[in-house]
Amino acid sequence: MKTDAKQQIMAMNGDEAVAYAVKQSNVDVVAAYPITPQTIIVEKFSEYVANGEVPTQFVCTESEHSAMAASIAASATGVRAFTATASAGLALMHEMLFVASGCRVPVVMAVANRALSAPLNIHGDHSDAMAERDSGWIQIFVENAQEAYDSIIQAFRIAESKNVSLPILVGLDGFTLSHTLENVTTLVDDVAKEFVGERELPLVQTHEGKSAPFKLDPKNPMTMGPIALQNYYFEFKRQQEEGMKNALSVIEKVHAEYAELTGRSYGNGLIEKYQLDDAEFAVVCVGSTAGTLKTVVDEIRAEGIKVGLLKLRTFRPFPVQEIQKALAEVSLVAVFDKSMSFGGNGGAVFHEVRHALYDNAAHPLIVDYVYGLGGRDTNPKEFKKIFHELHQIARSKRVEKLVSYIGLRE
Amino acid sequence: MSSKDKGWKEIAPAGVTPKSSVGFMTGDWKTYMPVRDLEKCTTCMMCVLYCPEGCIRWRPEMGKIEIDLSFCKGCGICANECPTKAITMKLPEKEE
Ligand code: SF4
Ligand code: SF4
Repeated sequence: MKTDAKQQIMAMNGDEAVAYAVKQSNVDVVAAYPITPQTIIVEKFSEYVANGEVPTQFVCTESEHSAMAASIAASATGVRAFTATASAGLALMHEMLFVASGCRVPVVMAVANRALSAPLNIHGDHSDAMAERDSGWIQIFVENAQEAYDSIIQAFRIAESKNVSLPILVGLDGFTLSHTLENVTTLVDDVAKEFVGERELPLVQTHEGKSAPFKLDPKNPMTMGPIALQNYYFEFKRQQEEGMKNALSVIEKVHAEYAELTGRSYGNGLIEKYQLDDAEFAVVCVGSTAGTLKTVVDEIRAEGIKVGLLKLRTFRPFPVQEIQKALAEVSLVAVFDKSMSFGGNGGAVFHEVRHALYDNAAHPLIVDYVYGLGGRDTNPKEFKKIFHELHQIARSKRVEKLVSYIGLRE
Repeated sequence: MSSKDKGWKEIAPAGVTPKSSVGFMTGDWKTYMPVRDLEKCTTCMMCVLYCPEGCIRWRPEMGKIEIDLSFCKGCGICANECPTKAITMKLPEKEE
């Protein structure tokens, strides 16, 4: 990997890193409503707009439902649109998320992941994004502010890729990342702008057999997202699934190109393997916890226990084959879930990883640990305890509890 | 479904239909239909503004409003908004 581009180090929290990446991505429309812990993103971005640093149209909407509606509408006209939200705001967008993916508009959205009421809690967990996993959005979760910056820049390219044309959500852990200051290495404006490039529009066939760019344009009238009943709805949903499938290779490709440019990479863009190659057992997680777990893996390895980490960076589309390959040799997998799937016997990530591994010839044992809900701190010491527990399970090959809760008072 | 229906690889994304939905007769849905009393109509244009289907038009050459029943869903908003009660909603007479 070589680094071609001139870069500069800046001190930013995760939200500012996102806003800065959006600033450099030549975005035409930002429509948003503030909600903790996302507020800094649009606050910062509205400053750029007010200072004339970007030519972006900033739309202050009265709710997240409208913010998403405005982003969809803007994107449908062929321009580049961005928004950000969290928690209840994302939930309020629920209906519109399906409109976005169904209309195949490549809106990019940052979600500062946060718990959902009730009881009211403003802190970080993954309940918001996981509840939207079937909304047809690509979902990427990041480990730190640096990855947040890098992923937003990549996100426009991925979403706007002609054979993907789907909206994308980049999740950064509320407060842990959104409000914590870090060193972030950034591209210079021109290089970032060139990497993101212009939005290309796929050509679609009109009923007259003409082909026209896929956008709302009075010169070339077309309707998007009209009625499709029993005779066609199903076909459109199948098309969306194809866009998702295509996204797997596009994410890898864009990520590799970006790595070439900046010298920074996160596994292959889909998953990141850490000390996994000779591991006896493995842990799987999403988001900022990967940072903590890398430290814990090192400490446990120093004790002579062979453990590895699989960081799941892309959650939608779910990289089934990558996961199967990465976890083919381990005898035990522990999944860490930062959200609940009530009554589902384990969290969302657990369900998906277990599902992926069903087809592996040698099934490993798979257990789930739910942790950190509502921002509850889970420190390296606690993870270390869990790792020792896992070592015992791997040795005895006996699982007594399929789902456990870390740091929960009995 | 007919054998003429296209497969998922052949259709444009997002349900794209070129040139609006002119061919889609939403008028088929209605139960009640608006009936104008042109004696009472003051051509104030309220109904034209309020009709959610945009199917009431002012026809200057005729000096009156005209309702395109092929798109009228029979919602009754025009009758409700008309200040002179020039529009009433009626069940179409059944043919014997
Ligand atoms: S009944 Fe409704 S749809 Fe029909 S003309 Fe009146 S306002 Fe329009
Ligand atoms: S609202 Fe009533 S009075 Fe006014 S134009 Fe329509 S029918 Fe005529």
